[in-house]
Amino acid sequence: MLGPDFEKRVDAIVARYPEPKAALLPVLWEVQRARGHVDADAEAWVGKRLGVSAAHVHGCVTFYTMYKQQPSGKYHLQVCTTLSCMLRGSDELVEHLTRRLGIGVGETTPDGRFSLVRVECLGSCGTAPMFQLNDDYHENLTAERVDRLLDSLP
Amino acid sequence: MERILTRNVDKHDSETIAVYEGGGGYQALRKALSGMSPEAVTDEVKKSGLRGRGGAGFPTGLKWTFMPKEVGKKPHYLLCNADESEPGTFKDRLLMERDPHLLLEGCLISSYAIHASVCFIYVRGEYVRSIRVLERAIAEAYAKGYAGKNILGSGWSCELVLHPGAGAYICGEETAMMTSLEGNRGYPRLKPPFPAQAGLWGCPTTINNVETLANVPFIVERGADWFLSIGKAPKNSGPKLYSLSGHVKRPGNYEAPMGLPLHELIYDLGGGMLRDDRPLKAVIPGGSSVPVLRADECEVDLDFDSLAAKGTMLGSAGVMVMDSGTCMVNALRRISHFYAHESCGQCTPCREGCGWMERILDRLDTGEGRQADLDLLHDIGGQIIGNTICALGDAAAMPVQSFVKKFRDEFQYHVDHKACMV
Repeated sequence: MLGPDFEKRVDAIVARYPEPKAALLPVLWEVQRARGHVDADAEAWVGKRLGVSAAHVHGCVTFYTMYKQQPSGKYHLQVCTTLSCMLRGSDELVEHLTRRLGIGVGETTPDGRFSLVRVECLGSCGTAPMFQLNDDYHENLTAERVDRLLDSLP
Repeated sequence: MERILTRNVDKHDSETIAVYEGGGGYQALRKALSGMSPEAVTDEVKKSGLRGRGGAGFPTGLKWTFMPKEVGKKPHYLLCNADESEPGTFKDRLLMERDPHLLLEGCLISSYAIHASVCFIYVRGEYVRSIRVLERAIAEAYAKGYAGKNILGSGWSCELVLHPGAGAYICGEETAMMTSLEGNRGYPRLKPPFPAQAGLWGCPTTINNVETLANVPFIVERGADWFLSIGKAPKNSGPKLYSLSGHVKRPGNYEAPMGLPLHELIYDLGGGMLRDDRPLKAVIPGGSSVPVLRADECEVDLDFDSLAAKGTMLGSAGVMVMDSGTCMVNALRRISHFYAHESCGQCTPCREGCGWMERILDRLDTGEGRQADLDLLHDIGGQIIGNTICALGDAAAMPVQSFVKKFRDEFQYHVDHKACMV
């Protein structure tokens, strides 16, 4: 589906487990890394490769919140708003981001650059408030630090 | 106190095997493999009184003895629970990012003790940095002969397999973690059978938390008596990581002997309350699922039994501090939103009950609450607790019941005045 290198990586993952099915989560990660999201075609391919139905794969893709069924913005902002972050101003952080980006929570900017979501506890409670920008944590955020960060993105 | 679990975390390049070995790393594995039988390792851990650091506090050595004594037709597995997701908890992340080899050494020694041929490390998907650091560390450990075939020439072999989660709090529950690792939605299942009898793929499996496993090399190297000399022996001993968050000046991870007084954590290590004009109001001492303590209940030591005596739990030792400016209705609403979001949906009492509690708290918080809601919240919790496959239902109900009971006047005010008293 995504070329011989991709399939080689998948083979290596599958080999780590007693059963191919166990490779489901890591293989879905490979798909998402390569294509940005996991669509129905990908689910069918993964199901065939691991010996499970496409419906089973879809059930898992929809169960685990980190798999994206649609493409997100180039910069995907996930703001933690669980209790510890809330106590340290995560609601104000979300408000600042919606104003600055001109979008609501769950939306993507029309140019496809930014998407914004609220997420549950990211295990960064001692450095709150924070968000995860694509893979990386950005902690102890203030409005100024957020603006500087967003301005610096290519 | 001498720092044990966090002795390496501030070192430059602490995540590399060179720095870890330079500080005496992998000597405990060498000691275990060269001079101790698996049973002797288990005995030492049992004698130390080490209790699980993931939340339940079950004695680790005792858990290991539930595994079959010898490997039969089915392989044995160790499953490291690195799915740290309890709100308020971020201690395992520190160990994984800053001292991954300590975890790996703990995984290897523990695998040896229970005759496991593979150790799976299930890391929550959001911890991308932990995953990358651990992947590098595992490659280093293989290259140096600490993992893989015939480890250190002992004839014993063990594979280390890192497994990324993908965003589901429920997968921190041990049976859900196994279901998830096998390639399914992360649904918990009933016990028995217990994992030691029928775990991953029906094979004997032990599940231990990251911090629990990180203690093992020290117990092997320094002995059970040393471990018992720290903290409050016999049942609350050893070093402990506390994750401090909320309204304090210096939130963060702090290592201290088990049984650290809560006041010392907040006012000494944590630098005191964030704002001098806002005194302490409440503390959740063990991650958001445990019953809350009012300020007047906070003269307590942070260990399993002292907190149990106060009607709450050490849990994952995620200590969340709230000052006088906190609206308890609003805080609880946020907690209930979390559990409603994370309920896996299998058991009706949890799936429906969590949603009900969240919706009632939504209306209380926004001034739409009714008088009957306060007792209703308590009753719904009562219908959930004990009536579900796993403990997520209890985890959702306990904070609700304790918040309403201990801050009832505040909830009442929301009903009477359609507004907050804070």
